[in-house]
Amino acid sequence: MTNPHRHKLFGGEVDWFTIILWLLLCIIGWFNIHAAVFDPDNPELFNMNTNYGKQSIYIFSAMVLAVTILIVDAKFYSSVSPILYVITILLLIAVLVIGRNVGGNQAWIPIGSFRLQPSEFAKLATCLLLGRYLSTQSTKNPNLGTLLTGASIVLLPVMLVLLQPDTGSALAFFALVFVFYREGYISGPWMLFGALCIMLFVLTLAFNQWVIISVIAVVCALGIYYFRKRRKAITSLIIFFVISTAYVFCVDFVYENVLQSHQRNRIDVILGKIDDPRGQGYNLNQSMIAIGSGQFWGKGYLQGTQTKYNFVPEQSTDFIFCTIGEEWGFVGSMVVISLYLTLLLRIVNIAERQRTAFARIYAYGVASILFFHFAINIGMTIGIVPIIGIPLPFISYGGSSLWSFTILLFIMLKFDANKKGIV
Amino acid sequence: MNGLFERKYIIQGIFIAVAAIIAARLSYLQLIDKSYLLSANNNVLRKMVIYPARGVILDRNGQVLVQNEPVYDLLVTPREVKELDTALLCELVGIDKEGFERRMATARAYSPYKASQFEKQLPATAYAKLQEHLYKFRGFYIQNRTVRSYPDSIAAQFLGYIQEVNERDIERSNGFYRPGDYIGASGVESAYEELLRGQRGVKNVMVDAFNRPQGSFAEGRYDTLAVAGDGLISSLDKDLQILAEKLMRNKIGSVVAIEPATGEILTFVSSPSYDPNMMVGRERGNNYAKLLHDPYKPMFIRPMQAQYPPGSVFKVVSALTAQQAGMIDEHTIFNCPGGYRYGSGRVMRCMHVDGPTQLIRSIQHSCNTYYGYTYARMIDQRGMPSAQAYGLWRDAVMKFGIGQPLGIDLPGEKAGLLPSADFYTKRYGNAKWGSSYNISLSIGQGEMGITPLQMANVMAIVANRGFYYRPHLIKAIGDKKIVKPEFTEKISAGVDAKYYEPVIEGMSRVVNLPGGTGYSVRIADIEMCGKTGTAQNPHGQDHAVFFAFAPRENPKIAIAVVVENAGFGGTWAGPIASMLIEKYLKDTITLPQYIQDRIYKADLLPKPKTAKPQEVVKSPPAKPSQPSKSPEEEEEEVLFVHHSALARRYD
Ligand SMILES: [Zn+2]
Repeated sequence: MTNPHRHKLFGGEVDWFTIILWLLLCIIGWFNIHAAVFDPDNPELFNMNTNYGKQSIYIFSAMVLAVTILIVDAKFYSSVSPILYVITILLLIAVLVIGRNVGGNQAWIPIGSFRLQPSEFAKLATCLLLGRYLSTQSTKNPNLGTLLTGASIVLLPVMLVLLQPDTGSALAFFALVFVFYREGYISGPWMLFGALCIMLFVLTLAFNQWVIISVIAVVCALGIYYFRKRRKAITSLIIFFVISTAYVFCVDFVYENVLQSHQRNRIDVILGKIDDPRGQGYNLNQSMIAIGSGQFWGKGYLQGTQTKYNFVPEQSTDFIFCTIGEEWGFVGSMVVISLYLTLLLRIVNIAERQRTAFARIYAYGVASILFFHFAINIGMTIGIVPIIGIPLPFISYGGSSLWSFTILLFIMLKFDANKKGIV
Repeated sequence: MNGLFERKYIIQGIFIAVAAIIAARLSYLQLIDKSYLLSANNNVLRKMVIYPARGVILDRNGQVLVQNEPVYDLLVTPREVKELDTALLCELVGIDKEGFERRMATARAYSPYKASQFEKQLPATAYAKLQEHLYKFRGFYIQNRTVRSYPDSIAAQFLGYIQEVNERDIERSNGFYRPGDYIGASGVESAYEELLRGQRGVKNVMVDAFNRPQGSFAEGRYDTLAVAGDGLISSLDKDLQILAEKLMRNKIGSVVAIEPATGEILTFVSSPSYDPNMMVGRERGNNYAKLLHDPYKPMFIRPMQAQYPPGSVFKVVSALTAQQAGMIDEHTIFNCPGGYRYGSGRVMRCMHVDGPTQLIRSIQHSCNTYYGYTYARMIDQRGMPSAQAYGLWRDAVMKFGIGQPLGIDLPGEKAGLLPSADFYTKRYGNAKWGSSYNISLSIGQGEMGITPLQMANVMAIVANRGFYYRPHLIKAIGDKKIVKPEFTEKISAGVDAKYYEPVIEGMSRVVNLPGGTGYSVRIADIEMCGKTGTAQNPHGQDHAVFFAFAPRENPKIAIAVVVENAGFGGTWAGPIASMLIEKYLKDTITLPQYIQDRIYKADLLPKPKTAKPQEVVKSPPAKPSQPSKSPEEEEEEVLFVHHSALARRYD
């Protein structure tokens, strides 16, 4: 297996292809942050006080970080993972006590002028520990005990992040379900079942529960008629009907009684249940206007009126994709999506070529987390998922997020480069 | 490698599927649905209407009568209002919380998405303060426009006023006007609306999310310029108008002066008047209601809407038409025993016992008897039925512009009254009536009404010896100084020039011979020809009338002055006319100072009878901007008397 992109350096063959993808995304991020905060009256290119000025520093320090990670011995990451996990958990607890309240979330720990966001690093620690734990278990016979322990490793930080409360970051951990699936702890039907649950959840909120139940009933009735000679199938369908009906009622109950009102509101807007262009839906509406008005070729660099005149909120962080969509149009959006997709598929391929279960599991963890951020962030700007405040990896403005994703990615690249060695 | 290797494809498949869903959604947003592009434009584009400056109106010497002054309207788009500091806004605009809610409700009712007027005509000082804080008020914009300003506060009824368009105006204009626009509602503003208003321009401005302007859109490629309205040059002489209004202060009546050679109106006074600046600005509504309820009816345009029995001025017309008809000539003599006997022993009294009277003396002495005989000849002795003769007489009189609108360039001109033969045939049941049935017409009383404008025009005809131009107030339009063709058409009064001399001689003697009724107001070095008159007033004291033209040869000015309830014409109307003529021709006034002072100080307003302030209080609050009726309609004045009532007076 020879690959022209590999190079002997850092004690092995580094996957340059992935590094180029990473770099491209960082550069795209920088330009769009520049556009997002661009002030036509004050068009200096480099100013350390602006977001794009700071982002330059973040990108540069991320490079230094990347090189450092590649230099450090691969064994270090595996051995340090339990300690890192504990530290992260402690930080997550600390942030609840001493954290700065930003936008309703107790998410930041101020360290000088820098603001540390422990939830970003919790993903890394969780992936590492999960890899280490699962790799020690027998994969020949995945048992329920292992699954539950593994799930606990994931759910502990999730609980703490939810307490901040930072729903978006917490949800990202659930993407690790792909890891459990790949390792055989969850079977295909259960994945399908999970997908059905999510689908039913959304449909229940979007439509009247009785409509959903009627549709399920009709589907089951048709199925029973079709399989009328197979008793087992009929039994399964009847069980399916009962369970899904119960589930629909549960969802409705949770939605009405458990969710906070602003969360309900966001869900309602996304599902088109309330039309409120100046309330919760305002952000989404302006975001879609920005992207939609980009048309095929985009309005051109620094020409986006939605972006330039501040119609889109949080436009250098969570809504950075609006700037891409508006100024670079469909073409630019497709380029960015292709870059992400290529990166994700590449990571899966890298994962599969690892010789150790630890490296593979970790790589799948990276792919899962990146996928979640990619899908949810872009999905929310174009109105197909609720507005959940999470960054677009490598592109969104911010040191914490850029560094944590970079570390996540480069530890994986280190494992890959070192795969001949023993971890 | 374990057996779960294939799951990689499932996972990659999920990644690809999700990316495909995102791509599909993006192609819908960016390639198919064009509404987002439109919304983005709506977000940043503000179509600012550039209101054109309304045409300025100058007097005949180029002095300003009406000009424009900038004001600022505050507009609001209710849907864009967010996180508003209501208290601050109220303070800056000068309204209270209730007023704020009311204005917002009105704006929302008009449209939540479109800008509409929140507060109009903010003065420059309020604007400056508001502008500083405007960025705090999302959804609010300032719109510049101009309002009228009248530097000398004169000629209110001539200039008229503008007001906000109502729904009917918008409908009639086929969408030219939009809510909040202004339209000329009376006077010249209304008559010349289409020339004065100009053409609106549009400027496309980009704004940011906080509504702060960010420059023009596409380098102004889609902008249109506003075209200023045409300027108008009025025929008025501003100085003369100011003097005339001063002289008429505290008097009810009119002054109309015409340049005979052109028909240009030099002075157009309707008294009592009002300050035209009252009809501008935020107090307009209150002022308008006040004017509507003013017992002296300042909105009534007396020079062309008040109609009086003309009295003596009509003798001039009688003398001229009778000569032209061949029924009398310069030498015709009628004996005046102090009155004209007619019918079964009734008498139309004369002021004097004039004895045998010729035409010139009949004018000089204003002999009623003479014109009683003349009228009798015109109606009874023309070898045809009286009704038919009356028809001929009426046609001849109408040629002098009596009984029909003259076509002045102001809306609302009244025709006056001159009944047809049928009117009398109907009244008396058959056509066997004769001159004795309506003898008062011979001296301009009874069922005859003429406006001060028509009186002045008769003077202009006499001054011209037989013709006139339609009296008008605008002598040139726009930069090219266009004159309307209808004002250059010479109109004949149907009487040959030679018949005018004896009449003019009579009028000259009124003023210039000792003992004449106008002798006290004669002007040194200028031969003024004039006539005093009295218009019968059944409601109270008679109205004083004086009409004149000067100089006798090559006349420059013809004038009619009416002062209501002032009694004899020579006392009040004469000096006013004399002063104006002298001022116009010589730019001085030589009339003794005590006479001038008497005029200036006189207060001839009929106080207790007409003024009923308690009625004003009782009447329901007026809707200021859109009166259900125009003031003209409400204020029709009837000044006619049945001739039989007059006849009794003479008995
Ligand atoms: Zn007489």
